[in-house]
Amino acid sequence: MSIEVCVSRRLGARRIAVSFTAGTGITALFGPSGAGKTSILHMIAGVLRPDSGRIVIQGTVLFDSAAGIDLPPEARRAGYIFQDGRLFPHMSVRANLFYGYALTPPADRYVEPEHVIDLLALRPLLDRRPVTLSGGEAQRVAIGRALLSSPRFLLMDEPLASLDRARKEEILILIERLRDEFRLPILYVTHDEREVTRLAATRIDLE
Amino acid sequence: MDLSLTPAEMDALRLSLKVGLWATLGSLPVAFGLAYALARCRFWGKALVNGLVHLPLVLPPVVTGYLLLLAFGRTGPVGQLLETLFDVTLAFRWTGAALAAAIMGLPLMVRAIRLSLETIDPRLEMAARTLGARPWRVFFTVTLPLALPGICAGVVLGFAKALGEFGATITFASNIPGETQTLALAIFAFLQVPGAESQVLRLSLLAIVISMLALFIAESLSERLRQKRRYHVH
Repeated sequence: MSIEVCVSRRLGARRIAVSFTAGTGITALFGPSGAGKTSILHMIAGVLRPDSGRIVIQGTVLFDSAAGIDLPPEARRAGYIFQDGRLFPHMSVRANLFYGYALTPPADRYVEPEHVIDLLALRPLLDRRPVTLSGGEAQRVAIGRALLSSPRFLLMDEPLASLDRARKEEILILIERLRDEFRLPILYVTHDEREVTRLAATRIDLE
Repeated sequence: MDLSLTPAEMDALRLSLKVGLWATLGSLPVAFGLAYALARCRFWGKALVNGLVHLPLVLPPVVTGYLLLLAFGRTGPVGQLLETLFDVTLAFRWTGAALAAAIMGLPLMVRAIRLSLETIDPRLEMAARTLGARPWRVFFTVTLPLALPGICAGVVLGFAKALGEFGATITFASNIPGETQTLALAIFAFLQVPGAESQVLRLSLLAIVISMLALFIAESLSERLRQKRRYHVH
């Protein structure tokens, strides 16, 4: 299995505990708002520390409380796609796209920038500023930015939530192409049943 | 009215700019550090630090000057230390005027910078981390550029405050022509001489021009920063 997650974390009065394994393709983390879906992605990305547990992805131990292993986020090579795009407002689209690319050692790069730019139809946007982009455009740039950092896995946190229906369809098709072309493990957080049935090979229900 | 400046007035102008510049440059790193700690960190005594930073804003400047004299004067603990270790004297020197101006401008700088740091979405920094940036790189490529408008505003406010500082300066550094007599102090000195109204007026006009210039530069700077963020760059 390429993803192995077993973590627990207390957040205020809540306790988030989850244990699952997943392969390549899309694994949906499904559940209502407040079920701790985003916290689980945060723990996998390394921005929230689990109280205990173990996270192994593609053979690399990212976190192991028993062994005292806790890789910082910048060493985990996650491709994190946020609900709100979260582009750097002071940089052009081009600078956003290449932010992670420039930080990836050339030996670890497996993504061709020109290919991603064409795949996501980003060429006309390259010199724009993030504030001038529509929701769908911003989300395409965010996906491109994550891919160009040559991630070992993708984390998608409700990537369609802020989009209208036509844009949703457009991004859904893109996500399917990424899934089939890059063959990465993808953890996909959603509370929409239809997205789960359409995209996911595995489904993990959270309460 | 003759608008050309006498050598003594030129001295006051030069000194004002020198004091303002050093006060601003010297206090900027301190102000940024304080603003960062107050905006981002939780530590014991934070309320106290915040209060101390703001004290010069609410205290009568003459009290601030007196406190500086107590601490940094030739017989004060810090003053003695500086003098024996580095052969630096602050009291009654232009360096003392710069210190007084820096202390008085500090709260304004800290406030402006803190405000801009607090408006930065920490989730942007998180995104940068997941893209492979170490914390220091996140700081220089995301945090600092996004705080730049606030830093500019803080610098201009601090500089303007330093130029106009009077009470703490005259208490701590006194009013010595050519050494600590800045524009504001020169105006005060002329006010006490009968028949020097025209000098007072000229220096006051000069102060107005410099202050307006500083504000104008600040305004156009922040406008340019805003535009860069808002519109396409073709």
